[in-house]
Amino acid sequence: MATQAQTRLTYENMLHIAGRQFRSYFNGPVAYIVICIVLIALGFFFWTPFFLMNHASVHEMFRMMGMILAFAVPAMTMGLLAEERRSGTIELLITMPVRESEVIFGKFLAGLGLVAVLLACTIPYPISVSMLGNLDWGPVLTGYIGLLLEAAAMVAIGLMCSAFTENQLIAFFVALAPCVMLGWLFAAFLPFVPVGWPTTLVTFLSFDSHYDSMARGVIDSRDVIYFLSVAGLALMVAFRALESRRWS
Amino acid sequence: MSDVMIEARGLTKRYGLQRALDNANFEVRKGQIVGFLGPNGAGKSTTMKILTCFIAPSEGTATINGYDIWQDPIGVRASIGYLPESTPLYPEMLVAEYLEFMGQMRGLRGAQLTKRIKTVVEETSLGEVFGKEIRALSKGFKQRVGLAQALIHEPPILILDEPMSGLDPNQMTDIRDLIREIGRSRTVMLSTHNLHEIHLTCTRVFVIGKGKLVADTTPAALADSKPIAGFHLGLAAGATLTSVQETVGRISGVRQIRATDGTNPLDVIVDVDAGRDVRSEVSAAAAKAGLVIVELQALRPDLYAIFRELTEGEPATIGPRSGGGMGGSALAPADDEDDEEEDEDEDEDE
Repeated sequence: MATQAQTRLTYENMLHIAGRQFRSYFNGPVAYIVICIVLIALGFFFWTPFFLMNHASVHEMFRMMGMILAFAVPAMTMGLLAEERRSGTIELLITMPVRESEVIFGKFLAGLGLVAVLLACTIPYPISVSMLGNLDWGPVLTGYIGLLLEAAAMVAIGLMCSAFTENQLIAFFVALAPCVMLGWLFAAFLPFVPVGWPTTLVTFLSFDSHYDSMARGVIDSRDVIYFLSVAGLALMVAFRALESRRWS
Repeated sequence: MSDVMIEARGLTKRYGLQRALDNANFEVRKGQIVGFLGPNGAGKSTTMKILTCFIAPSEGTATINGYDIWQDPIGVRASIGYLPESTPLYPEMLVAEYLEFMGQMRGLRGAQLTKRIKTVVEETSLGEVFGKEIRALSKGFKQRVGLAQALIHEPPILILDEPMSGLDPNQMTDIRDLIREIGRSRTVMLSTHNLHEIHLTCTRVFVIGKGKLVADTTPAALADSKPIAGFHLGLAAGATLTSVQETVGRISGVRQIRATDGTNPLDVIVDVDAGRDVRSEVSAAAAKAGLVIVELQALRPDLYAIFRELTEGEPATIGPRSGGGMGGSALAPADDEDDEEEDEDEDEDE
């Protein structure tokens, strides 16, 4: 019976963990609060200058969302593991016949799912813009793909921070730092960086530079690989952090 | 397949310099209900966390249902139904959702899952709260939700860390019956610091103190290991401590007579040499001296005193302690089964 369960469950376990977490997001206030604040902020920053540009494009929206996600994602991921650790439910979850990696991937999927819901809430933007002018839908599609990839990297970073502490607030602030730095601070500071290898390095590390081409309609495999690598690295550290409880 | 369900060999867990568990060796067979008895921080929870593969031992190993905790943790976890200390649950979920989720994590699907949920809900009497949010439940109900998830996959081994905490006496009786029923065909390991509970539920008891397994015995043997140590004597109005000391003190075997608290006009405790049952001599002597005895009860060091002796190396004493800081008597009436007193320190067991 047990051996049977081992071979069968791997993938399903992950989806069950993700599903439970995703539903619990919407049973609590965090998801609603974050989504509302993001939409209010986006509405204000996007529409205020929109009509001055006299140009039917949502490129600005994608640029802003990249920045806003740096704040929103840590708020969405801060509880993923920290809350389970604080309340002790992690003990029951881990003592189910599951692997630590399934727990990590399940939590990651739940976090990414919530970001996807948030992104889905912004779809009225391109629709409204297309009614005002002639919108090119190609870059819109690649833009959303880019945002999802960037979000995947951020969710992984947030999950990693959540794996190290029982305190959600600490998980939030510790995740905020790399998300903001990679998300837009590097790009903002680029003019002040000495020309040469420092510029190359900062450009390479910045999420913004990898994301921007996608928002313009170009999907470059290097950008995709970059985001997936960051996500993979952070998930691996999260996995190690979760596993380390066994030895402490 | 052998019927040894849990086998621990040289389990040791160190936290820094402190040894939370020190070289524990034991074997538990099918059909046994083992009570893990020890003060807080003795290593009960640590042992259970190791057996469920939540933490790894610093040294040693254990085999659960034939699966090694190092080689096959998934097999170990699949064989166990576990209720951790303080019953962690997801407060925002409904009881129904929670049991469904836990059942799915255990590999149950469809009609089988529905059937098992129905069964455990009946077994743990959760019917009336089935559609409620867990956060709204009383402690007793939460405890039973925790038990229900541990039972949902019909595990051959149940590991329950303080399953009775937070239950009222009626619920305790129900859960006790359930555990005893399960214990007939399967293996149960539970921890408690309530000695009375061990007596009522378990067929075997491990006493653990400061990380060491100090006794492996039956609850009855544990209780019988100490002979009568004294009497509680209640006297009618007119008697004085001095008059009692004069009459009763002369009987051979009586060591000391001291006043104690009680509901009678005069209450004393008569210490005797271990095992000397001199109750008839006492009543005869009292009658001769004109002292009216209204209560006479044998006292023997109860499980508490034995427990203290085993876990702290302090000899079992009788009666209220001199100095009187602690109200708890180390002695209880030998035949009184209603001694429900429980140590309420909820310290972390680590």
